[in-house]
Amino acid sequence: MVLDLGAIFTLFLQVVSSSVRPPSEFRNIIKQMEEVGIRSMPVVLVTATFTGMVLALQSYAGFQRFGATSFVGSVVALSITRELGPVFAGLMVSGRVGASMAAELGTMKVTEQIDALITLATNPVKYLVVPRVVAATIVLPILVIFADLLGIVGGYFVSVYLMGANPYVYMSKTYQYLEFKDIYTGLVKASVFGMLIALISCHHGFVAQGGAEGVGRATTRAVVASSMMVLISDYFMTSFMF
Amino acid sequence: MIEIRNLSKAFGKKLVLDGLELTVPKGKNTVVIGGSGTGKSVLIKCAVGLLRPDTGEIRIDGQDIIRMDERELVRVRRKFGMLFQGAALFDSMDVGDNVAFALRRLKMVPESHVREVVEEKLSMVGLRDIQRLMPAELSGGMKKRVGLARAIASEPDILLYDEPTTGLDPIMADVINDLIISLRETLGVTSITITHDMASAYKIADQIAMLYKGKIIEVGTPEQIRTTSNPVVAQFVQGRAHGPITDESEEFVRFVSR
Repeated sequence: MVLDLGAIFTLFLQVVSSSVRPPSEFRNIIKQMEEVGIRSMPVVLVTATFTGMVLALQSYAGFQRFGATSFVGSVVALSITRELGPVFAGLMVSGRVGASMAAELGTMKVTEQIDALITLATNPVKYLVVPRVVAATIVLPILVIFADLLGIVGGYFVSVYLMGANPYVYMSKTYQYLEFKDIYTGLVKASVFGMLIALISCHHGFVAQGGAEGVGRATTRAVVASSMMVLISDYFMTSFMF
Repeated sequence: MIEIRNLSKAFGKKLVLDGLELTVPKGKNTVVIGGSGTGKSVLIKCAVGLLRPDTGEIRIDGQDIIRMDERELVRVRRKFGMLFQGAALFDSMDVGDNVAFALRRLKMVPESHVREVVEEKLSMVGLRDIQRLMPAELSGGMKKRVGLARAIASEPDILLYDEPTTGLDPIMADVINDLIISLRETLGVTSITITHDMASAYKIADQIAMLYKGKIIEVGTPEQIRTTSNPVVAQFVQGRAHGPITDESEEFVRFVSR
């Protein structure tokens, strides 16, 4: 992992420097945004809904012990927007999108398509990596907005219809303690996660070697490394922002 | 014209190219022969800047590409077209987009003319009306020819062929041979071909160079190579299992001596 950080940082610098040079990869970026967004939406929405639901279930049961059940709405809202929305979305996207980026680029590498790009006067970082990184950085926060909404709705559903909470109390407590900061820090985290997932997955794809087995290895490493970086960077960002 | 001087490249402890010297004359087809894994692909990749050698110089029309930075190297690469062993077609796009790739990236042709130009290049390699097919739908011979059309689309001065006939049936192999010859004649391109298909080599080459133990040990016309007195070259071109190459190589000693 340590060695990879150096290579990934180098890739990051290459992404930044090549993205400002013409031609703009606009069409490629839009295509990648569709891929990342559409591919991940169902998974993220289901994850968010059930996370909100189980969070409401657990906090309701726990808070009942000391009579604070009216605060379930706040707990769900704050936990989802600050942590669980972005982090779970990040982990799900690591699995789906990270794996597919690593597999696609890895296959291109072992079939010499990356070399072919270079001989056709195209910078592979600019053509392949930049669109993916930009797309993930933009799309993940959008996914998290939907995740936040659905998480709160899931929590509402469980609290009101299963646990019998007062719907007015649930919703007012949701708004009362929720600050704008909670939401936007979650979205900033989501952007950073998107960037990290794309960078790490593209890197592992690029260094794949040895045919089908190599591509499989690259895919696994990409998912593991992206997931870990989501969690590690989450800690550091949280301590920095709060 | 390409001049390669004192080229060395090692991968870890393994020294693949060892002070290699080769001159590739302009407008002619130079064929580099040698056993599998002897560094032929490494040589060709250094020539186009895909790999950076450890020492030496490679002069393309007088300019040493090893001293160049990435930006200058990109400009030099436009002079090259390369046909990869497996054709290396981009599988996410159709044949037409593959061939048009360099044309579009370099904005060489207005978009309205692209299909026309692509059809022209494809007809040069003997293919018609296949622009909408995907690479996965093509046979091996067709893939190579599309790969060739893609490489020549931007009208490069230098063409590199990485084992162009490997894996093809004898008829298709000869079709490719004829294509390589006709490209030299009609476009005047300088070519470097690496192969171990001797029939192909004799047919297409103006000069043949043999790579052995990281060096070019002999250069000559096809006739000179065919009748060489060098025992190493002779063993290779005649395809004999016994001889200096196998006597020295560990991997053969156990197998061959019975």
